[in-house]
Amino acid sequence: MTTPDPRELHGFGVGRGAAVGPVARAHPAPHVAQDLPAPLDLEAAKAAAEASFAAVGKGLQARADEAAGTLAEVLGATALMAKDPALLAQVRTRIDGGAAAVVAVDRAITEFSDMFLAAGGYLAERVTDLRSVRDRVVAHLEGLPEPGVPTLSRPSVVVADDLAPADTAALELDKVLAIVIEHGGPTGHTAIIAGQLGIPCVVRVIGATSLQDGVEVAVDAATGTVVVGPDDDVRQRVEARRTALAALEQDTAPGATADGHAVALLANIGTAEDAERIADVAVEGVGLFRTEVLFLGRTSAPTEDEQAEVYARVLTALGGRKVVIRTLDAGADKPLAFVTQAGEENPALGVRGFRLVRTAEDLLRTQLAAIGRAAAQTGQEPWVMAPMVATVDEAAQFAAIARDCGVRTVGVMVEVPSAALRARDVVQEVDFVSLGTNDLAQYTMATDRLRGELVDLLDPWQPAVLDLVAITARAGAEGGTPVGVCGESAADPVMALVLTGMGVTSLSMSPAAVAGVRFALGRHSLETCQRIAEAATAGRTATESRAAALELVDPQVREVLALG
Amino acid sequence: MPHRTVAVASRVGLHARPAALFSQAAAASGLPVTIAHGDRPPVDASSVLMVMTLGAKHGAEVTIAAEGDGADEVLDRLAELLETDLDAPEQS
Repeated sequence: MTTPDPRELHGFGVGRGAAVGPVARAHPAPHVAQDLPAPLDLEAAKAAAEASFAAVGKGLQARADEAAGTLAEVLGATALMAKDPALLAQVRTRIDGGAAAVVAVDRAITEFSDMFLAAGGYLAERVTDLRSVRDRVVAHLEGLPEPGVPTLSRPSVVVADDLAPADTAALELDKVLAIVIEHGGPTGHTAIIAGQLGIPCVVRVIGATSLQDGVEVAVDAATGTVVVGPDDDVRQRVEARRTALAALEQDTAPGATADGHAVALLANIGTAEDAERIADVAVEGVGLFRTEVLFLGRTSAPTEDEQAEVYARVLTALGGRKVVIRTLDAGADKPLAFVTQAGEENPALGVRGFRLVRTAEDLLRTQLAAIGRAAAQTGQEPWVMAPMVATVDEAAQFAAIARDCGVRTVGVMVEVPSAALRARDVVQEVDFVSLGTNDLAQYTMATDRLRGELVDLLDPWQPAVLDLVAITARAGAEGGTPVGVCGESAADPVMALVLTGMGVTSLSMSPAAVAGVRFALGRHSLETCQRIAEAATAGRTATESRAAALELVDPQVREVLALG
Repeated sequence: MPHRTVAVASRVGLHARPAALFSQAAAASGLPVTIAHGDRPPVDASSVLMVMTLGAKHGAEVTIAAEGDGADEVLDRLAELLETDLDAPEQS
């Protein structure tokens, strides 16, 4: 179908995907008539409302139990809302005051929603969950089918006012081409879960709910557009992007440039569950296993036994692939009850990371011993590195302790500018180094990573940060020491080319980013990567550096990955 | 009534996961527990919705109170929970 003047709707895109297909509208919420008469039997009405809340809470919890990761957490939180004692008390009070059960439910939840909306921000985005509880409870009370996404008879673009987590859990993934919602935010549940599932998604699309069932739309998450009745040109572009993205998801080859220069593509993980989840994913291993999760939220350190069990699970899940374990990166802004020093005025510059060895060497030795046991038990050889190393002395000290504890391959993170500037000496002490670009940017630019309003200063394309990365990569190449990158930079396909050109030997990122980086690498020779790196470091500003690098990127890669 | 005043340690504040974990722990204590922040009246600590509407941010002082057998132990446990960063880190 071609229309001469395609209508275009705009919103915020999530991910890079694109798709064309017919609209499938999600079932609207049941309407609550506000003028219903008071219940004849107040006790019966209260019991019915309580039973419906319980049934909805149970149903949501059951879905949470079947789901994994973020989705499970989100569904569990929604189930908790359906069982909330304060909410139930309000519903009972309203029924006692003469409201029909559905009206009582509607008003009690609206009151909470209004409070959340007034608070704004994070709370306002949770209103979707509250409304989904209301819709489900009202439907249950009235004997209606659960509101939400219909059963799809053909691949479709799901369009809704917003989708509750329970709705996204019920999606038939093989038939959902894309998701378009009128409300919700880029950090709302629908966006987070669509991103996790790799479904193209556009949120906050004004006019989305005016789209009729069956109308063809082209959805482009990279640009945040929804074209109604797309013409042949739009269809072709979307189709080309979709096919290319699908094809590159199929590519499982080890990372390499077009001329065969190997660059290992690795995943960042935080738990044994993460490791088990990527067991079937085409990554060459784990470039950063953050061990903090084991320690946080506890009043005493996990024992050597407990730690060894978790490390062994990770090593087993990866079955012989490379695993880089980072020792505890806590203290300061990630406080631990049993080690953190109270009252640090500049926690990011305080006793954190490897510096904890000054006050709690036992903690490090126990962790290294646990890693050693897990290695022996699984027959694997994990690489082990320390965070927040600033000097060659610290690098040497960590290497000595780690080797003393039986670790064979020892490294340090380069995330403090002093370590980058003196990388030439640091690489002499260890078997590998890994650049933590997020913290390196924070310390180079003297900018708190948690300050959103300073995000421009934290741009990994800042030339000063690029210079430090280049110095480290060069030192590694000269000394024959592998230099990895395990910060956000590695996930950006253009930056990945720059890093490769500088001589970085492995890139570790969130598993979802690997396919794009693999594709970009495979389309450029090492020599082109080197020219891209030179162009980037020649920039005077972050914007200039990225633009200069992008200029040299293959046009097809720019188009498929929507790099601009 | 026994009570404790502590600062919220979770970096996201008393929202999301930390609020859910705290309200579940309060409910599991079996005692009526309240939590207050600022000059507003105390709310039911076992209600995640009420706890979230407090809007207690990282570092904010909150007061928890409970009455009944074992109230002190319950408050100690809940205070410890509030003084822990309950939000798992996502950054490298």
